[in-house]
Amino acid sequence: MTTSFAATELNVRKRKVEGLVRVLFGLMTVLLILPVIVILTVLVVRGGPALSLELLLTEPKDGMTAGGIMPALVGTVWLVAVALLASVPIGVAAAVYLSEYASDNLLTRLINLAIINLAGVPSIVHALFGVGAFVLFFGFGTSILAASLTLAIMTLPVVIVSTRESLQAVPRAFREACWSMGATRWQTIRRVVLPNSISGILTGVILEVSRTAGETAPIMFTGAAFFLPFLPQSVYDQTMAMSLHLFVISTQVPGVPEELPFGVALVLIAMVLAMNSLSIAFRTYLRGKKKW
Amino acid sequence: MGDRRALDRRALDRRDRAWWIDKGVRYLVFVGGISAVVFIIGIFVFITREGLGFITGTLDAGEFFGSPRWRPTSHHNPTYGALALIAGTASVTGLAIVVAVPFSLGAAIYVAEFAHGKTREALKVLVELLAAIPSVVWGFIGLSIMNPLIIRLFDVPVGLNVLNSGLILGLMAAPIMTTIAEDALKAVPDAYREAAEALGATRAETAFRVVLPAAKNGLVAAVLLGVGRGFGETMAVLMASGHSINLPTSVFDSVRALTATIAAELGETAVGSDHYRALFTLGILLFAVTFVINLTADLIVRGVGPSAIRIAKR
Repeated sequence: MTTSFAATELNVRKRKVEGLVRVLFGLMTVLLILPVIVILTVLVVRGGPALSLELLLTEPKDGMTAGGIMPALVGTVWLVAVALLASVPIGVAAAVYLSEYASDNLLTRLINLAIINLAGVPSIVHALFGVGAFVLFFGFGTSILAASLTLAIMTLPVVIVSTRESLQAVPRAFREACWSMGATRWQTIRRVVLPNSISGILTGVILEVSRTAGETAPIMFTGAAFFLPFLPQSVYDQTMAMSLHLFVISTQVPGVPEELPFGVALVLIAMVLAMNSLSIAFRTYLRGKKKW
Repeated sequence: MGDRRALDRRALDRRDRAWWIDKGVRYLVFVGGISAVVFIIGIFVFITREGLGFITGTLDAGEFFGSPRWRPTSHHNPTYGALALIAGTASVTGLAIVVAVPFSLGAAIYVAEFAHGKTREALKVLVELLAAIPSVVWGFIGLSIMNPLIIRLFDVPVGLNVLNSGLILGLMAAPIMTTIAEDALKAVPDAYREAAEALGATRAETAFRVVLPAAKNGLVAAVLLGVGRGFGETMAVLMASGHSINLPTSVFDSVRALTATIAAELGETAVGSDHYRALFTLGILLFAVTFVINLTADLIVRGVGPSAIRIAKR
């Protein structure tokens, strides 16, 4: 009697099912990603003709139906910069606490829950908070300061979580070695933990820039204006912003030539995706470079 | 005798400058640590502060939850019925979930269980980029690409409706669901898969009979967080839903969402007026619902992974 290793009918059927499942789920993944590619293509094709140096460097004119977007670009840079100044120190401190000091207790659980909620609260609720707290209660008025602080609180979870992740990636043995030399906790953090995770933290900050630049709802009532004939001079001024500008020229202003909002959308998305890709590339590079 | 003890104590005192700095920093980072809690409480306090006058005064709960008439600007008889707004949000979010759940879970299973190496990394990056598109750009896409497409395909007069905003919202919620679901699948120990394969199971069998049941809680949390995401979306819904007060009967009806109402009307209200306070009351409702959703998701899976937060923010 010879033993046969040929596939049984059951084996064959199983393999067919296996192949089918693989193709089906692969297809679903492709269908999920396809819209992005289609959308980007459409934006490039229809917004491309509107792109010019003039668009980037001049002010809007004729009731925003012509001209460029320079004040909105400058405004977005202001908003992002001030938001970063507020959220990065707080976020990094929070991450250092959670990674280096906190033990697994109720308070830590509460903090984690708060972080998830900060990330999950609708952006328009953040806007309401910004109005109630910064614009009215603290009396900043509608200003870059109020808008940026609103954005900062909203994007805080991004900084905290990515910083904590990179702090925790530093092996415990590094810390222990440093403690055994008689260093305090802070000396260890400053000389060993932070230097070994700084690039990871930077990755998170770049990601936050991308998130902050694209936000619209939180800045609508806290500091971004539909149109301003001048550039902001200080954090107490209002400003135009890219995201709000796209909303305004595509819904609020009649007679805008069709390619202009496509061009603005293209610039906005290029900004955001460039930052995001940079962050992802950085992360991948760091993962490959890791020595431990 | 007493002198010597004091001397000893001073000699043993290790509280040098580094010690004090260490202590100071400890308090400083603790303040940073609890800042998230402070901010969440702050959000609740400040929106309640502005909205409370309406809740205790003008609000008629029966009208608020039972009437579809949202006419806050009427001179003679302003009415604050949020039912149509709730229905608008529910219909759009509902459609988004129906669209997004199968594709997100399918994609998560494919990425976690079938794809490997470069393909897998590429897919993950693309999903992350999908999540990075700002909501105002999604709204613009709904307005200028989907709108004419829907009008042409279905021969309806207006393309800004539940279908449009539901699809847009589905695309926005999909990456977060995919990412969290994939995290949940990855959290299932490889030993489970190895055991199943040692028994002769195919990859598909392993995925459906072993990995999926083991990751069930995480998958439910993924869907919940996706719901929360769709529920709270503002700009895209404002631009793509048609923004007209309606109890929708079909996907081709225009609707208006809770979030969009706040975004559209807050600029035109006087601080402290009933209308203004009513909008903050809608905000309290949104805050409460998302809080419950997030809390539930957190209770189902203790703690949500970092990649979820990285993507969740909008």
